[in-house]
Amino acid sequence: MAFNYENYLRLEKMPTLWCWGCGDGVILKTFVRAIDSLGINKDDICLVSGIGCSGRFSSYVDFNTVHTTHGRTIAFATGIKLANPTKHVICVAGDGDALAIGGNHTIHGCRRNIDITFIIINNFIYGLTNSQTSPTTPQGMWTVSQQAGNIDPTFNTCNLAIASGASFVARETVNDPKKLEKAMVKALEHKGFSLLEVLSNCHINLGRKNKMNSAIENLNWIDSITVSKKKYDTMTQEEQTNLLPTGILKQDTEAAEYCDMYAEVIKVHQGKRKTITQDDFKKKI
Amino acid sequence: MATREVISNGNELAALAAKDAGCRFFGGYPITPSSEIMHEMSDLMPEVGGACIQMEDEIAGVAAAIGAGMSGVRTMTATSGPGISLKAENLGLAQMTEVPLVVVNVMRGGPSTGLPTRVSQGDVAQAKNPSHGDYKSITLCAGSLSECYTETVRAFNLADRFMQPVFVLLDETLGHMHGKAMLPTEEEVAAVIVPRKTFEGPAEEYFPYECESDQPAVLNPMFKGYRYHFTGLHHDKRGFPTEEIETCRKLIQRLEDKVELHKDELESYEEFNTDDAEILLVAYGSVSLAAKEAIRHLRAEGIKAGLFRPITLWPSPAEKMKELADRIPKVLCVELNIGQYRDEVQRATGRLDIDGLFKVNGRPISPYEIVNKVKEL
Repeated sequence: MAFNYENYLRLEKMPTLWCWGCGDGVILKTFVRAIDSLGINKDDICLVSGIGCSGRFSSYVDFNTVHTTHGRTIAFATGIKLANPTKHVICVAGDGDALAIGGNHTIHGCRRNIDITFIIINNFIYGLTNSQTSPTTPQGMWTVSQQAGNIDPTFNTCNLAIASGASFVARETVNDPKKLEKAMVKALEHKGFSLLEVLSNCHINLGRKNKMNSAIENLNWIDSITVSKKKYDTMTQEEQTNLLPTGILKQDTEAAEYCDMYAEVIKVHQGKRKTITQDDFKKKI
Repeated sequence: MATREVISNGNELAALAAKDAGCRFFGGYPITPSSEIMHEMSDLMPEVGGACIQMEDEIAGVAAAIGAGMSGVRTMTATSGPGISLKAENLGLAQMTEVPLVVVNVMRGGPSTGLPTRVSQGDVAQAKNPSHGDYKSITLCAGSLSECYTETVRAFNLADRFMQPVFVLLDETLGHMHGKAMLPTEEEVAAVIVPRKTFEGPAEEYFPYECESDQPAVLNPMFKGYRYHFTGLHHDKRGFPTEEIETCRKLIQRLEDKVELHKDELESYEEFNTDDAEILLVAYGSVSLAAKEAIRHLRAEGIKAGLFRPITLWPSPAEKMKELADRIPKVLCVELNIGQYRDEVQRATGRLDIDGLFKVNGRPISPYEIVNKVKEL
């Protein structure tokens, strides 16, 4: 039987504002399937998005939804989650939103290990505002703000997240929605800060000026820069250059989650336990 | 009322008031001279099962507080001038999405880093328009230790009544001034708490932003079966982005009118010896304490001085100020800035001969400076 998306989408908001062939549509449908497979009640979910093409994600799903200011998804979501620790809080943001203007919130969300799932849609460009350089735009590509060719070095989203303390980090692409759905399920199931980077196409505002005139050409390029983690791990450092591994890159189920730790703070202040000391965290140092 | 006697300072009293008023979330970032509010909240919030979080920056502090507010919790942040500058964009989001929030600003010298540990009233104009776009600020200004408590309680009720951020302005002097304060009891405060309105009918009939042209949005708490949308974009009755001409116009006009047409609910001021006054001082915050002392000295010398002290600074008590300025020959604004509120007094009264005693070196204005200035007039 065909999957029924209608239960989760705000159909009156369709068609989406996204361009034809945009990977955001794939991610939206995949996300809905992942939520459905986990059987989470729609009322128990809050989806928070930022500004950019990905920011519109929150308009289309039938949950409690918040479209925030540019870059601040994680900061708003942290307040929502800490005030409602039993609910599911999910953030969706683009590469500019999450890694440039919102970079500080991203690394601190990872550091706190608060139970939020963060889907970063990386299309390597500011698409909505017409092709400005983002922190993931490959060096040498043409952007409207660097018309001689981009000289800015790039962030590796997942390495940044791992270094910042996220307890679940994965990368997938829109080229393989089934694998993407599995990764989303894992990310959503994970207790703690889970970051999923989804590599996506923007053939309109990245592709056209960089010899990828169609969605297919853009997707093929994504294919050419990615390799499964399993294969990546067998490669020499030289072979790994300019390749991004896909799959689950980190999964730590032991790391203490922030709301759980805050519950201990409440116990201290309510006289139900002794003050938290360094000994309580000995294993982590 | 006023049956609880405590020894405390303004910052701690603002925090205590928040807890007593039902605040259950605080998001903040350290900044002098307001940090003690966060210190207190880090104790008080978990005690009552709430949460206090020190975020990575000022922007995140207010964002977390607004997020909690969106979910339905009474929420607060506290900061000082530079922090307000950083929070400004998200305060605009709270105005646009109509999320109630109390923002305490303990004013210090500005602009920029200014005089972090010294007193100022330099953020009065900023409080009127911290963010871009059209909306109407609600700004309360405490003039005593007791008011650091009672105005914070009032701010929570007004935030829920008008569904928007409400500023409580303290200044470094009040924030750090230690002394006796007479407070209402917790039970008395609990009795005056009016939480935000909610919609009780079926979800399909719920339109959070469909309201009378002078009324705020009715925002139900999250996770209760009423799934809707918050956005800083112009939005329709369900909260979804729209560019429909009339919907856009109505929305912004309503943000203005919900406050402008209900100023009577917000107005608050104190008159001190104004009945027979021949010279009117206008002062607020800690400066009003010096002004009252000065008036006692002036009266002892036979000079009939009085004080008008606005407590709600924005929207201003314009009609009352005009009434007083129409009958009192001399008006002197005493401020720890260069006449930020005198501009409003001039606007409200239509008088351009309003004198000023202004100080911007981080030091308080003493009663004697005021006495001397009045004698010069």
